[in-house]
Amino acid sequence: MSLAIIDSGGANIASVRFALQRLGAESVFTADPDVIRTADRVILPGVGAAAAAMHHLRARGLVECIRTLTQPVLGICLGMQLLFDSSEEGDVDCLGLIPGRLRRFPGAPGLRVPHMGWNHAEPAKDDPLLDALGREPWFYFVHSYYAPVGEHTLAACRHGIEFSALVRQGNFRGAQFHPERSARDGSQVLKNFLEAA
Amino acid sequence: MSESLSASAAAKPSLAHASTGATGLARRIIPCLDVRDGQVVKGVQFRDHRVMGEIVDLARRYSEEGADELVFYDITASPEGRSVDHDWVSRVAEVIDIPFCVAGGIRSVEDARRILRAGADKVSINTPAVRDPDLVDALADAFGSQCVVVGIDSIVQDGAWTTRQMTGNPDTMEHTGLQTLAWIEGVVRRGAGEIVLNCMGSDGTRDGYDLEQLAAARAVCQVPLIASGGAGEARHFTEVFAAADVDGALAATVFHSGALPIPELKATLAAAGVSVRPC
Repeated sequence: MSLAIIDSGGANIASVRFALQRLGAESVFTADPDVIRTADRVILPGVGAAAAAMHHLRARGLVECIRTLTQPVLGICLGMQLLFDSSEEGDVDCLGLIPGRLRRFPGAPGLRVPHMGWNHAEPAKDDPLLDALGREPWFYFVHSYYAPVGEHTLAACRHGIEFSALVRQGNFRGAQFHPERSARDGSQVLKNFLEAA
Repeated sequence: MSESLSASAAAKPSLAHASTGATGLARRIIPCLDVRDGQVVKGVQFRDHRVMGEIVDLARRYSEEGADELVFYDITASPEGRSVDHDWVSRVAEVIDIPFCVAGGIRSVEDARRILRAGADKVSINTPAVRDPDLVDALADAFGSQCVVVGIDSIVQDGAWTTRQMTGNPDTMEHTGLQTLAWIEGVVRRGAGEIVLNCMGSDGTRDGYDLEQLAAARAVCQVPLIASGGAGEARHFTEVFAAADVDGALAATVFHSGALPIPELKATLAAAGVSVRPC
């Protein structure tokens, strides 16, 4: 099985590749649209700001490429956020594959921003991406903007407000948390993605 | 185990994160591995370092035991004017599946980029931030605040909390002239995404965290705050979460020595109503 990790300009790709290796999956890190189009699975990672990442994808001619992919795609953290219509972060239009706009956590005493650390998610519907996770999976999050809960939400999480932790719209899936850094439950999500039909 | 932890957390909501219970975030338990020459060492009040074990072996052990995160401090880096050797960073990233932070001698965006590329999730800067506060802004711009931790070594001097630098080596340690609370506010304004406050007066004593100083820091710190220095038993962790509302607690010797296994610590915290991630 071929697995492409899209070069979206972020620095921390090594941990995603290592996590996939621990599951026996080798990956290529690429910005080549042909390699991405023909891969069996595609991962869109991302660390940093939404506007910078969209600029990077546009500069490399990858926006249409990603929008027209038909194989299973998994966005991770910022990569998940980019799947949505737009983000308040830099007031930027994103890929428009999932309806909704990313908003900044309001913050409050006891509700620090960034939302950083381990939080538990609650499954919202049945999906193979949630296989073998149990009723209260724990994941590692690091983000300041959140995706609202909607039709596309597979699992939700709470930090002052409820937000999407795992989403799916057709072949596009997204994890707000870092599955590569979320111990057993994160590894299970990656495994479920690799086994997705 | 998961269900019993939730039940006890619900019964005593006062210690749940954000006492309103409005977030599901767990308090983080963070073993700190002081690294020197490729091995994990620990001293008492920053002196007399003893070898505790190999980096990758300890990293794997803590990851499997239920640690929420690891911090690696290359304590020799700043005093000797060199950067962290990142070969071991990559070896750690390969074997563990929890986040980790690397500190020590990171003086530039390029230094940080190498360490993040090797697989670290965050970088922590201490002395270089004191010398060049603009580095905090530059790192936050380049990688986002979530990657940028500022470590602060603080001690009481003339009745006020003040910071020290070059703390890896007693012979080169210096006063910075900075007031700790003002420094916290300053680096957070510049884009620090997390603060690790090491209270030097309690470090290595195993008498408990400096609750007063950490509570004062909490009051001025809007980003995640990690307590460091003084953990000796499970009770100290319960106290620091209750009294100082910190997001995480870091410790070294109490874990490295085997005195307090992480599953036992988390069970104790859960029984006290602290929200923790089940091991």
